[in-house]
Amino acid sequence: MQSRRSPGFWLLITLVWIVVGFLLAPMFITVPISLTPTRFVSMPDGEYSLRHYETVFTGDAWLGPLGDSAMVGIGATLIATFVGGAAAIGLWRIGGRAARIIGVLALMPMIVPPIVTALALSRAWVTLGLFDTVIGVILSHAILGMPFVFMTTSAALEGLDPRIVEAARSLGAGPFRVVRDVIVPNVRAGLVTGGLFAFMISWDEIIVTLFVSSRSVFTLPRKIWSDIRDNLDPAVAAVSTLMIVATLVAATLYLARDLLRARTGATR
Amino acid sequence: MPSPADQTASGSGAPLAHRLGRLDPYWWLVAPLLIVTIGLFLVPLFNILLLSVTDPEPGLQNYERLATASAPMRVFMTTLRICAVTTVIAIVLGYCVAYAMAHLEGLHQRLLLVAVLIPLWVSVLVRAFSWLVLLRDQGPVNDWLIGAGLIDEPLKLVRNELGVVIGMVHYLIPYAVLPIYAVMRGLDNRLLFASRSLGASPATTFFRVYLPLTLPGVFAAMVIVFVFGLGFYVTPAVLGGGRVVMLAESVSVAILQTVRWGYGAAQSVVLLVLTLILIGIMGRTVGLKRGFG
Repeated sequence: MQSRRSPGFWLLITLVWIVVGFLLAPMFITVPISLTPTRFVSMPDGEYSLRHYETVFTGDAWLGPLGDSAMVGIGATLIATFVGGAAAIGLWRIGGRAARIIGVLALMPMIVPPIVTALALSRAWVTLGLFDTVIGVILSHAILGMPFVFMTTSAALEGLDPRIVEAARSLGAGPFRVVRDVIVPNVRAGLVTGGLFAFMISWDEIIVTLFVSSRSVFTLPRKIWSDIRDNLDPAVAAVSTLMIVATLVAATLYLARDLLRARTGATR
Repeated sequence: MPSPADQTASGSGAPLAHRLGRLDPYWWLVAPLLIVTIGLFLVPLFNILLLSVTDPEPGLQNYERLATASAPMRVFMTTLRICAVTTVIAIVLGYCVAYAMAHLEGLHQRLLLVAVLIPLWVSVLVRAFSWLVLLRDQGPVNDWLIGAGLIDEPLKLVRNELGVVIGMVHYLIPYAVLPIYAVMRGLDNRLLFASRSLGASPATTFFRVYLPLTLPGVFAAMVIVFVFGLGFYVTPAVLGGGRVVMLAESVSVAILQTVRWGYGAAQSVVLLVLTLILIGIMGRTVGLKRGFG
């Protein structure tokens, strides 16, 4: 396929980069708007100001939600990684029809539309006294993140030779030691990737959060949501810019590490 | 491959304590997930189902209203129309991107992959905000078009269905690219050489060989994009400006504004059933795992 490339192929590549432009461009509009000196959303007219970043970093209006989001995100990630990862490992060892059925069950929170989950959890949390509590929001986000940890860990386990477990068992390791010292180190990449997914899902979650919390837990997406609905505040652009920069830094690091690894030919 | 544990779990007759003793210890690892998923997710979900036929009074009147009144029907048709249009656009563009990614090498391919993955990590709220700012009447797109002399009055690009479709296509393209790309990557390229060497033109090779072979990926992508679209809440709410009400927002209005739980529950049951049917079809045909990339 690579020997001869028709003009048609290069036409396609051009179209594809236009699509990529469409995917990436809108995110950069927040940068100039966040630097506007005016109090309303506008393109800066030769004059720039950092006042909206000052708004974000002073006072409780933005730092409060930021703290809530971080706390909820970390809690949800820990629970989702522990519960989802443990189940993936257990079912990998158990196997059979029961494991397959539970495997589908574990994916349900990912499949059910978020608004339906929101309704269900809202009712349940009111009954259980978890409504508008940190624990309640953490649990909701953990439920949404679990399927992702389950999937990535299961995928990592697929590449693991089951005989490694038998070897450890025959050398006298109990089930607990096998999991801790043999299986977990081998699927660490799957657990970490899943945990990262779980954190990002929690960090970005809005629909379920709107239904399981009201005032005492106020996450960052909730703050952005109410600001977008009330009026267009350039502070939202400043927060957006910060979040996008964080994403880009992470992506660059990933790309650099990946390239470096390909260059040196290292395997792990 | 049924394991001994499987038979133990489904076997009967033995006293519970005895059966627990024989149970594979690895079930302890699965227990937390079972407890959380069943107790804190499926039971609440079942409650919603119950609520839809008991609130405000027992009976099917909530569903009757959904089927007969004009407002819910309009919401339903709007949702299906937007999802269909969005799916077609996202799949066509996604197929092109996936094709380019599958046929490029090295840095160029890697850059493309990262460019497709980056939007996945950017908050859906941030993206909705960006589009709202870009597309509004005094926004940069309209400013630029007027400045270039192409139009005299700002185009209505947002707070209508067009804005919702733009925002949704933007969100869903990466989800269309990934399953298609996975299938293209797994394809044996020698089949294409075979087709060419037997005298087929590039166009024939593409339409008679390549396209049919990549259809499972396209199908999986279609289901995922469509199902995601059905449940969209943030994008229609922000970019539709209250004028474009889709199913998820209609549920939220029923609960948060008019506080009619039974009616909202009935709508969400419809949404859930539709979603499960589509995912079920995908699971049967291309497999859940492949579908989700």
